[in-house]
Amino acid sequence: MMRPALAALLLAVVGCGKDQPARFQPPPGAPTGRETLLQPAKLTSVESDRKDALGRPLRVSCESCHSLRETKPMPSRPEELKEFHQGLQFRHGELACTSCHQAEAPRTLHLATGEPLPMTEVVTLCAQCHGPQYRDFKAGAHGGMTGYWDLSRGDRTRNNCVSCHDPHTPKYAGGHPVMPPRDPSAHGEPGTKESRDHE
Amino acid sequence: MSDTVSRRTVMKGAGATLGAAAFAHAMAPLTEWSKDLSVGEFLQKHYKELTRDEMGRILVHLKEETKRKYGRDVDIRDLPPQEGVSFGYALNLSVCIGCRKCSEACHQENNHDRRTGNSYIRVLEMQQGSLDLEHGNANYDHPVPAEGKYYLPVQCHQCDNAPCVKVCPVQATWKEADGVVVVDYNWCIGCRYCEAACPYHARRFNWAKPEIPAEEINPDQGYLSNRIRPQGVVEKCTFCLHRTRAGRLPACLEACPTGARVFGNLLDPKSPIRWVLENKRVFVLKEELGTRPRFFYFFDK
Repeated sequence: MMRPALAALLLAVVGCGKDQPARFQPPPGAPTGRETLLQPAKLTSVESDRKDALGRPLRVSCESCHSLRETKPMPSRPEELKEFHQGLQFRHGELACTSCHQAEAPRTLHLATGEPLPMTEVVTLCAQCHGPQYRDFKAGAHGGMTGYWDLSRGDRTRNNCVSCHDPHTPKYAGGHPVMPPRDPSAHGEPGTKESRDHE
Repeated sequence: MSDTVSRRTVMKGAGATLGAAAFAHAMAPLTEWSKDLSVGEFLQKHYKELTRDEMGRILVHLKEETKRKYGRDVDIRDLPPQEGVSFGYALNLSVCIGCRKCSEACHQENNHDRRTGNSYIRVLEMQQGSLDLEHGNANYDHPVPAEGKYYLPVQCHQCDNAPCVKVCPVQATWKEADGVVVVDYNWCIGCRYCEAACPYHARRFNWAKPEIPAEEINPDQGYLSNRIRPQGVVEKCTFCLHRTRAGRLPACLEACPTGARVFGNLLDPKSPIRWVLENKRVFVLKEELGTRPRFFYFFDK
């Protein structure tokens, strides 16, 4: 009585396997990966003039100074800063410090409505003025990322606004390109001597 | 009767001797090739006809060969296309600054020859307002972005109507189910027809055995992608299929400091690549050739 049933079950299992296209990977299952927003160190620290062993500027946590003494009310222009922050470059339209920072608590931000905002919520702050960029960012088409395009297989980390843009001078700085042009005597590139010899 | 040697026997013997000599002569090149080429490799079937067992043996052999030639233990896999996935790539020319970080990441990820500084990506410095590729300069070496210029990175467009695939006389290059055009480096005869046929200069030829220090070799390798290519074969960008078929983003996208690159599954309506195609003004290079690229460019404004 049991035997035919067992055979049918076996057949069904083996048969099922054969219907699967062997060349394909299993289809993605329920999403398990998460998308996290990068929280750059600059949200909680500032650069000092010292460098670490790798030549990167050493960062000083805001709390190093601000836990020891009361923060002074924020000036309207960065030129008025007397200590530590005075080297700040500032090219961000006509904005004053207090356009984004809370005057009485400079380590926090505020929305245009005056509602306080933690420094880590900077994307929400930027989105108030930069709508098209925020729209593209939400769609995954603005700002870099690392990890998995397929969230069912792993996590992805998205860049924050301040990962790429200095909020005080937001235009991307540029720099010197890497991978300098190759030695013309090296082969492979069309038009060089070695590639012509082969043609 | 047994003592007599018939004419027939003599002729058979002579024929056999001649035949053996001719066969030995015909096979002579094999003895010379055996230094670099094992018999197994010589008799290897086309990629599409290989069974899983055969591929398994080839991968073991390739790993041993890499260890012998380059002194590095590597993992070479043969990841198949994912079902329901068709890859697409887009690049935002409004934010690309021409820093060539993508080229560098490609160079390292794909185990390119260090001496020639090869990369699958060429970044062209272009005159603003012009799309004349012939006047794009890939050899700039000054701070970027330069005044009056924009930057156009070009890599394999994984064309759906690929000229390179059509011209290959031995079918060593073809389009996979997820849209990636691949090369079987063990099947390629190095004729370079595909390199000549590509209107995007997206294929490269290995003039010499690639030189890579053992410690710089990327051990995460794919049979059809970034395993170290033999001398005398053509190679190309595969959208990093050893990464992307495992769900990861391409190396050039992760390296881009300005976030100019968007990658994803064209069949997924919720993917960023679909959003770009549906909401941005998108174009492809040399559209008039009918190559139907799956690499798209767009501007923000």
